[in-house]
Amino acid sequence: MRQLYKHHLFWPVAILFSLLLFNFIYSPDFFSIVVRDGKLYGSLIDILNFGAPLMLVSIGMTLVIATKGIDLSVGSIVAIAGALSCLIISRGNDQNTLSLVLSAMGMALLLSLFLGLWNGLLVAKAGIQPIIATLILMVAGRGIAQLITSGQIITVNSPKYAFIGTGALAALPVSVFVVALMLAIALLLTRKSAMGLFIEAVGCNPEASRLSGIRSVMVLMLVYVFCGLCAGIAGLLVSSNVSSADGNNAGLWYELDAILAVVIGGTSLNGGRFYLIGTIIGALIIQTLTTTIYMIGIPPEITLVVKACVVLIVCLIQSETFRKTLVHRWNTRHYTAEREATSHVNQ
Amino acid sequence: MEQQPVLEMRGIHKQFPGVKALSNVDFRLFSGEVHALMGENGAGKSSLIKVLTGVYSIDQGAVKLSNQPVSLKSPLEAQEAGISTVYQEVNLCTNLTVAENIFIGREPRRFGRILWKQMNRNADKLLKDRMQLNIDVTLPLHAYSVAIQQLIAIARALSISAKVLILDEPTSSLDANEVKQLFSIMQTLKQDGLAILFVTHFLDQVYEISDRITILRNGNLVGEYMAKDLPKLELVSQMIGKDLTQLEKLPSKSASEQFEGNEIIAEAKQAARKGAIEPFDLKLRKGEVIGLAGLLGSGRTETARLFFGADALDQGTVRMSKANQHIQSPRKAIEHGVAFCSENRKTEGILDELTVRENIIVALQSTRGWYKPLSRKKQNEIAEHYIQLLNIKPPHTEQLIKNLSGGNQQKVLLARWLLTQPKLLILDEPTRGIDVGAKTEIQRLVLDLSAKGMSVLFISSELEEVLRVSHRIAVLRDRRKIKEISDQEMTEHSIMKTIAGG
Repeated sequence: MRQLYKHHLFWPVAILFSLLLFNFIYSPDFFSIVVRDGKLYGSLIDILNFGAPLMLVSIGMTLVIATKGIDLSVGSIVAIAGALSCLIISRGNDQNTLSLVLSAMGMALLLSLFLGLWNGLLVAKAGIQPIIATLILMVAGRGIAQLITSGQIITVNSPKYAFIGTGALAALPVSVFVVALMLAIALLLTRKSAMGLFIEAVGCNPEASRLSGIRSVMVLMLVYVFCGLCAGIAGLLVSSNVSSADGNNAGLWYELDAILAVVIGGTSLNGGRFYLIGTIIGALIIQTLTTTIYMIGIPPEITLVVKACVVLIVCLIQSETFRKTLVHRWNTRHYTAEREATSHVNQ
Repeated sequence: MEQQPVLEMRGIHKQFPGVKALSNVDFRLFSGEVHALMGENGAGKSSLIKVLTGVYSIDQGAVKLSNQPVSLKSPLEAQEAGISTVYQEVNLCTNLTVAENIFIGREPRRFGRILWKQMNRNADKLLKDRMQLNIDVTLPLHAYSVAIQQLIAIARALSISAKVLILDEPTSSLDANEVKQLFSIMQTLKQDGLAILFVTHFLDQVYEISDRITILRNGNLVGEYMAKDLPKLELVSQMIGKDLTQLEKLPSKSASEQFEGNEIIAEAKQAARKGAIEPFDLKLRKGEVIGLAGLLGSGRTETARLFFGADALDQGTVRMSKANQHIQSPRKAIEHGVAFCSENRKTEGILDELTVRENIIVALQSTRGWYKPLSRKKQNEIAEHYIQLLNIKPPHTEQLIKNLSGGNQQKVLLARWLLTQPKLLILDEPTRGIDVGAKTEIQRLVLDLSAKGMSVLFISSELEEVLRVSHRIAVLRDRRKIKEISDQEMTEHSIMKTIAGG
């Protein structure tokens, strides 16, 4: 029991469950899942489907944060990737040809890899602090996305493209498989090879890592490139889901949600140890929260405040210092008088 | 005559997950006295100090200050109660001025505005009066040597409160003269009625300055003694719990000529780096231990770093002979069989958030590349092997390295490099902050390794130690290699003379 309590996933899972429990009590049909046209429908499926882009971005963000870095540009990369692939598809003669859709997606992912590389170069080679280095692309990226879409919303009419964002495989949304694939790749890369150790080592102490022979420049480049790729895929999912690309609003504030998901998942912003599964649960918590807020009909003007309050509570529960203070208060709540009495005796 | 102690700790218990740090420890501190706290690595010295400074809470026991029970819940509370600490690694802000460092958080103000002039004046006066230190207090701290920084840290501690002063390994990065200066200041402070708790590994220093000695071993109190009643040998055997005579015996060294015929492992030719070390030549032969002797800042570490490619060369070459390869980066160096144990354990050695196992295998893993991971089973075997070989405590592979004592961290780092099976092992102050027992263990290990054909570049501030393990000694002064000494010439006296420029 004690071990369970100490496990790094305990609090994220507990929070997710209590959120789900709240929903269950509030509206019992929250858990109902129906099959229509060979597809599953229901709130839980929605959470998985709509949460997929955030989960993807958060996977990449976890690795970046593990190196004591941060990537603020992911939201912009989401917009750019969606914009480019929609632009290419919309220019095609027949928007639904497989080769066109695939090459559009390929180009978009290539571009996001390149954008990740740009971040990596600034951080690892130029030695710019990650928050500033990625801020550049965060700001410029929105501009690039708007350049690509010429400030318009590009809509596409391509069922093949819409498939990745709205389609289903074995009754589950395709996006779930995309997330599972990227998570598996990240887990394999970090836990079955030594890359995870290198990332954590660089995050703990870059100089000590360098003196241990780790190519920290390479490691940093790799995590930023991977993060860019994750954001790019997320961008495809987002634009495919609505069959359009909006340079202004696609992926807006994703970087902040992703950072939050990583932190809720137990990875420290100080770098070092990282927890990919924790991150996924963190992202699910955020998505469940968003869904819950919509569902219980909180007026739109205060949804952000409610969300902030819940996030605050989540963070407080996760803070060991806060828990200790709370427990301490609780344990000593009655004894002040008694204590004074005994201290007299002692003297 | 039994006066009241200023500070009294009774029956202190402190438990960490899996480790009993302190069990039923008593400790007393009298005013006007220097009290040395002695013990091996992991004996509980640091834990006791951390309890005293409010960093750790105690599980059981009582602390009394001037006969009043106190509970020290945070470093701030301890400070307010009159307990100030100066740590081994000076924890001041090196980019702030001396005066700012002394008065940070307590700047003299009027209407919320900081009175800079007054602050500087106060700092100047404080340093002159109590530290006999006449320096420009408006310069940033990093303009001064570690020794001066240490004195400034002490001045800061004194200016905050002055009942109990804790000095945790204050001398470990000072040279002989600086130690003398520190001790004379400690004498003055003692006469002013301050109670000083002094932690060190240097036995001579203990006897030079201390009145009373408390010994800890494995978290238990061994005893409290008057320094004059406790012979040195007795002290050492109490600390390690066994007779020192058997430890003292090191395998006899072979004469340096014996290496003449051996192949050259690494060679520096007119290697130099601006501001670090003037051009020097140095040959290292197979199985030879070369000591680097010199004062702090004489270029010892800088020389070592060039052999590891940790810094870039400005001129000349450093290369491993066999591969005929220049050493340009640590990575290259490791590939060609060089290992470097840095003197800065915290900043250049340990990966603090990772486990002992990961810290041991990281260098080997990085030479294998990320795509060829060691299996978990293999990692555990390796870690367990080295934990046993080097007697690392606590013996858990999954313990985070930051929870280990300094000496055990050092052993983990040694394990990291031994695992790479280097041809040339560079040890920069491998025994700093380490107790006598472990010190002899490491010295013995160095000679063992050299007998097996490993070359070692050995750096230490303790001349005696350099003499014990080295076959040949290169003496450095003012960033210049001035002489190589071997065989009969290798006496403390001749090296001192060389260092002093005689």
